[in-house]
Amino acid sequence: MDAALARAWVSAVAASVAAQTELLTQLDAAIGDSDHGVNLNRGFTAVLAVLDGPETPGEVFAVTGRTLVSKVGGASGPLYGSLFRALGKALGTASTVDAPEVAAGLRAGLDAVRKLGGAAPGDKTMVDAYEPAVVAFEKAAADGLAAAARAAADAAAAGMRATVDLRARKGRASYLGERSIGHQDPGATSTWLVFEALASVTA
Amino acid sequence: MKKFVNEPSAVVKEALAGIAAAHPELRVDLENQIIVRSDAPRRGKVGLVSGGGSGHEPLHGGFVGLGMLDAACPGEIFTSPVPDQILAATQAVDGGAGVVHVVKNYTGDVMNFQMAAELAGDEGVEVHTVLVDDDVAVEDSTWTAGRRGTGATLIVEKVAGALAETGASAAAVAAAGTRVNEASASFAVALTACTTPASGRPGFDLPDDEMEVGVGIHGEPGRRREKLRPAREIAALAVEAVLGAKPLSAGSETIVLLNGLGGTPLIELYLLYGEVAALLDKAGVRIARNLVGNYVTSLDMAGASLTVCTVDAEVLRLWDAPVRTPALRWGA
Repeated sequence: MDAALARAWVSAVAASVAAQTELLTQLDAAIGDSDHGVNLNRGFTAVLAVLDGPETPGEVFAVTGRTLVSKVGGASGPLYGSLFRALGKALGTASTVDAPEVAAGLRAGLDAVRKLGGAAPGDKTMVDAYEPAVVAFEKAAADGLAAAARAAADAAAAGMRATVDLRARKGRASYLGERSIGHQDPGATSTWLVFEALASVTA
Repeated sequence: MKKFVNEPSAVVKEALAGIAAAHPELRVDLENQIIVRSDAPRRGKVGLVSGGGSGHEPLHGGFVGLGMLDAACPGEIFTSPVPDQILAATQAVDGGAGVVHVVKNYTGDVMNFQMAAELAGDEGVEVHTVLVDDDVAVEDSTWTAGRRGTGATLIVEKVAGALAETGASAAAVAAAGTRVNEASASFAVALTACTTPASGRPGFDLPDDEMEVGVGIHGEPGRRREKLRPAREIAALAVEAVLGAKPLSAGSETIVLLNGLGGTPLIELYLLYGEVAALLDKAGVRIARNLVGNYVTSLDMAGASLTVCTVDAEVLRLWDAPVRTPALRWGA
């Protein structure tokens, strides 16, 4: 992965979030406060404006993370912002990175998200899509970036669907208690979009 | 959806422009999206900053002024402000004696204020934080993000603001705010969902004969749904929830806030307050001060919340101290 591919990924996430804003809003209306789609869309739209400067994948992701932190607000700003910042930091200043290096970066992103949000798998959050995606990416990393990204996207999708039956223990949906069961988590859904975008640009 | 908006994504900025036009005594920074007292920073005075998602007006911007907040940072609707914004507000009110952040306990608010406090610390500003979590509808913090910050935020901001005005230290101001929070309990019931400008439709469907019990202030459904009942019974339900979570000994002195969620007329709030006052009187609880009105709202949600805060003479004195803000003013 070079800077151009990193930019393509982030741009694809932005396009996907823009196209799916309505879906994210609907999911969030059911168990949250209806703002997930609009907030992420605002953040990634701002990211698109700053993608031209960075010259390495690490820098692309660091700038993406910083912009999300300063534009999104709510919980998703710091969480997605920290994810991309940690990914960028892990990739350092290399001009190209291979699949195992991206895997390590994604793992660093997971650690950052879990440290900041305190969520564990099963809490009905983005971690339920992100954690299995990272594990799948790591397993398939030896087969190259495209294969790893495809495996990660499929695992994220499965994790996202599994959030339907979970009771939320973190974030705003947790206030609903048992009533959060039966709804797909909006954060897990946006995380699936992130990995699906990676699979599409590396395919 | 019928709302007075031009462009849904511009609502917060355009409302800020309106606040600037209506309140020339405040400094509204449209770039950083913050509202600041015009005399800030005052040398040697602790700066009091609060903020959170928009949609709860007059909280927090309506409480900026003498005797209350030095600055407020409104985020997008129901979305916490970003760290840059909170940092700008913190720097704008730092008079060298430190700054106290009043933060409602929501995942996003806590994260963004924490990031801002670290950034401010890097620049040499001492930041203390008061976390408000008075909503007793959320029972178990092991299974949830913890109790939400709701109506008690107003009382925390009033009392901490009055103390800051006396020249007290940041640690003392924060401790007073924390004590008020610990002495408070709130519970809310909604009769309708609210509609955010961005989504354009109510957050949930609620039949005409049903109510949501134990709601927060972000349009999310409550803990459970029940058949609508007479106001007297709804008041009893709220009083029981509040006293059940924070039992008061007979003769306790309290401040009672009967708060509207934005879409309920004042006549119904007063009707409810009458019921609440009678019930509290029966329970031997003395209402030393009260406040009835729309103060901590959830856009156009019809509904009400009850906050009971146990007070001592010192807190009562700070509550009575002069305040001059757009939404709360007395004695000044």
